[in-house]
Amino acid sequence: MSVNIKYPKESTQKIYPGMAIFFVLMCLIGCREIELVVPTEYEILPGEIFDDNAPLRMYLLNEGNMGSNKSTIDFVDFRSMLYVRNIYSEMNPNVIMELGDVGNDIAIYGNKLYAVINCSHKVEVMDAKTCERLGQIDIPNCRYIKFSKGYAYVSSYVGPVAIDPDAQLGAVFKIDTTSLTVVDRATVGYQPDELEIIGEYIYVANSGGYRVPDYDYTISVVEMYAMKQIQQIPVGLNLHRIKKDNYGRLWVSSRGNYKDVASNLFVLERKSANSREMVVTDTLNIACSDMVISGDSLYFYSVEFNSTTEKNHVSYGIIDIRTKELITDNFIKDGTDKNIVIPYGLQIDPHNGDIYVTDAKNYVSSGQLHCYNRNGIKKWSVRTGDIPAHMCFLW
Amino acid sequence: MKRLLTVFFISLSLFFHSHVFSQNLNDTILHLKEVEVVAKKYTEVIPAQKLEGKELQRLNSFSVSDAIRYFAGVQIKDYGGVGGLKTVNIRSMGTNHMGVFYNGIQLGNAQNGQIDLGKFSLDNIEEISLYNGQKSEIFQSAKEFGSAGSIYLTTRRPRFKDGKSANLKAGVRFGSFDLLNPSVLFDYKINDNLVATFNCEWISSSGKYKFRYQRVTPYGEIAYDTTAVRNNGEIDAVRMEGSLNGYIHAGSWKIYVYNYESERGIPGAIVNNVWRRGERLWDKNSFIQCSLTKEFDFGYSYKLNMKYANDFTHYVNNDNKLISVDNIYKQKEVYGSFANKYSIVKNWDLSFAYDVQWNGLSEFADVTRLSQWGSLATAFTIADKFKTQASILACVINEESRERESSPIRKKLTPAIFMSYQPLNRYDLVMRAFYKRSFRMPTFNDLYYTDMGNAYLNPEIADQYNFGILYDKHRENCFLSNFHIGVDAYYNLVKDKIVAYPKGQQFRWTMLNLGKVDIRGIDATMMMTFDFNHNLSLTGKMQYTYQEAIDITYEADNYYKHQIPYIPWHSGSAIGMLSWKSWGLNYSFIYVGERYNQQENIRYNHTQPWYTHDVSVSKNLKFKRSEIRFSAEINNLLGQDYDVILNYPMPKRNYRFVISITL
Repeated sequence: MSVNIKYPKESTQKIYPGMAIFFVLMCLIGCREIELVVPTEYEILPGEIFDDNAPLRMYLLNEGNMGSNKSTIDFVDFRSMLYVRNIYSEMNPNVIMELGDVGNDIAIYGNKLYAVINCSHKVEVMDAKTCERLGQIDIPNCRYIKFSKGYAYVSSYVGPVAIDPDAQLGAVFKIDTTSLTVVDRATVGYQPDELEIIGEYIYVANSGGYRVPDYDYTISVVEMYAMKQIQQIPVGLNLHRIKKDNYGRLWVSSRGNYKDVASNLFVLERKSANSREMVVTDTLNIACSDMVISGDSLYFYSVEFNSTTEKNHVSYGIIDIRTKELITDNFIKDGTDKNIVIPYGLQIDPHNGDIYVTDAKNYVSSGQLHCYNRNGIKKWSVRTGDIPAHMCFLW
Repeated sequence: MKRLLTVFFISLSLFFHSHVFSQNLNDTILHLKEVEVVAKKYTEVIPAQKLEGKELQRLNSFSVSDAIRYFAGVQIKDYGGVGGLKTVNIRSMGTNHMGVFYNGIQLGNAQNGQIDLGKFSLDNIEEISLYNGQKSEIFQSAKEFGSAGSIYLTTRRPRFKDGKSANLKAGVRFGSFDLLNPSVLFDYKINDNLVATFNCEWISSSGKYKFRYQRVTPYGEIAYDTTAVRNNGEIDAVRMEGSLNGYIHAGSWKIYVYNYESERGIPGAIVNNVWRRGERLWDKNSFIQCSLTKEFDFGYSYKLNMKYANDFTHYVNNDNKLISVDNIYKQKEVYGSFANKYSIVKNWDLSFAYDVQWNGLSEFADVTRLSQWGSLATAFTIADKFKTQASILACVINEESRERESSPIRKKLTPAIFMSYQPLNRYDLVMRAFYKRSFRMPTFNDLYYTDMGNAYLNPEIADQYNFGILYDKHRENCFLSNFHIGVDAYYNLVKDKIVAYPKGQQFRWTMLNLGKVDIRGIDATMMMTFDFNHNLSLTGKMQYTYQEAIDITYEADNYYKHQIPYIPWHSGSAIGMLSWKSWGLNYSFIYVGERYNQQENIRYNHTQPWYTHDVSVSKNLKFKRSEIRFSAEINNLLGQDYDVILNYPMPKRNYRFVISITL
């Protein structure tokens, strides 16, 4: 036992440094710090500063993955050639939980910037120049926004309460852009997505995306003063985008059912010169995920999954609106389209024809914004927020 | 299926045969109270990290997942609250690589591969062991050789004091979140060879707790500071377990029945303008499992395991703003295992095991899967100094889907080798090393669930290399009576790693094939017990983990070589347990360092460290033959506001009280 007596001292000497190391380590590793407001980041873009005829800015809404609350607003400042990442939280530090969850549309009307935040069930209204918050309009499951004569019209998946929860119709909400309140709403088809306004009619592309496999296939026509659906035009399965051109026509894209019915592009025109009724006149058999009309050109891209090659087939096309002919199936001419994983947004600068394409990558990491000149040669690329998707210009 | 049934009936007949056989031998057996293995100093090649008995009882833990936080190398994903999902991940390899074994038989979830450890209350658990690689024993079922890491949950073994033939224990836990959790436990000794146990508990909680989000401007002004109540987190659950344990000549058998039913709300992510969600979940998990172990004189032993499990899940989303969901998932599992061990000589054992399992899923997809495992293993010891264990596992998986194309038959062969060496006779200093390859199949959800958008997942392969040293010292009647220190360094390479990612609703996931992950880490553990005079003793335990788990899939990715989501570089825990006569005072500290909530390690994805201090006091009172135990716990003593998972706030300071009576 006499040998044993020596041990405790030795061992305790071993232990105390051990404990000390442990706690020192914990301190070194780091403690929790005060949570700062998410800061804005600035990045210099290559290229010369635009003149006064150019837009001031292009805003970009990043959707953010569902549940992550990471929808953010970035913008390109054409006067200083800066890319400004995540402006909202710094400009509006007092807003609890920042901009919100899953941004779905962005637009400017008058002096106000509107961001439709789908999973936060609201339309955020900001000053178009400062991005300072002016208010919000609560609209459940809101999707897209369009404006006319002092009012904003927002499509929403949630219409009147239905007895059968699977058969809930969607709605278009009418918002007074001065008071920022909902003044009226019209019931439309199932899960309405984009909308377009011609004269006093609102055309809404119904998707029926919650009703797989019984997708909706119609466009709802809403008379904007009475806010009543007056007609449903059958078009194609699972409608998504709707854009008007300069000839009073509507260009409508469908998603299809991702199986045997492919994505498609339709043209609607008036039945006759005197009729106000729109009918499908052309089915172009061109897959389309998103489109922008600029002058007489319709720019679009499509992503279609090919189950035999297990790869996405991507095309970037231009259609001549007058002839409805496909001019090219790849407007990116320098081969840099190979670097785009998933195109997710498209915009054209009307003043110089620059093309903007966003890449959502794997949906859970930063995306990229690519700028090409009108000839399809890349000018620059920049890192964005998560899922960059929707763009609009500030003039 | 036919073959499966045959196996089942053969096993069943074997089982009853042995049982009858044992009855005949009954009179020759005198003492068969309990078989307690007294661990020799150096028996296992690589021993487990363990929490057991009193120690487990004294930790401020409600569920198994709370207790597992004290193990080195483990990361817990906790969505908060009593009913919130809690999953565990070992050495950054992902939840699905972790095998969770309940009384020796693996708990399964073929649908999503996730075992919610929050569902397993500690009320009836006596021991939790964590093995890196596999259990250091070759006498086990083939499936047990399959996981990259294994957690063994062992329920209370009935023990009877002299002359007693029944134990009754009743207790109640209550406290914050309107928790009410009464439980009762009953053991009955039918005869010397037959013991029955029954345990039942009811858990009820509103799941309501206050949480706080705060932001400060760079100028130090409060940007916002909001406190709200977590809603839709209530739970109502009943768990019932019963067992019949028999002892036969040189062997034992056990039948175990488990039933858990719950109804709960799923609180969901807190995002701008959304403070309440409408998701609800009903669960019914039942299983019956039987095992039989028998040893023969000529060095041969066998173990027979059987299990039938039935799981029912009903998920509803009532939120009228979102897509209405009302889904029912039914899962069935039939499992049989036959393990054999033969000792060629005293120091050399061989084992062979064959397992077969059938899984069925219905409602959202009609899929069945037949899996078969065969294992061969050997273990030998040289001069009580060098121990080694090697195993090889073959696995064949065949799937049938009624609605879609079936996956092709998958075959895999995975080896493992474990070694340990004790160089000096006088000191308990052991060096150890292992290599193991394991894989996991994509789950039914990964393969067939349309909504997750990723049916093209590859099976995930993990290679583990580990080297470690540990030193133990046990002495009686000394100030420092116990001392342990151990350090392991490891390197894991995971190919085609699949990471579960919450997709808006907690119950659903986006699956990502993160590709290739390089994981290097160090686990360090330390334990000591000081015996002071006057019945005062202090036990301290510490654990520290360093991990670098980086994505090395594509150089072109902007997260190339970034730490993968939710893996902290540093994590650790410390426990202090002070005992004085019948009083106990415990303190525990858990630290999880900074980490990123997405693949890219950029400031927008940064998540702050969190650390909680928990304290509890307990007192035991003895009245003749009965014993009453009181304990009061304070969790998150300093009231830290933290998220384990982004936008899933955790409770601030909360309290729990326990009263139990043992008769």
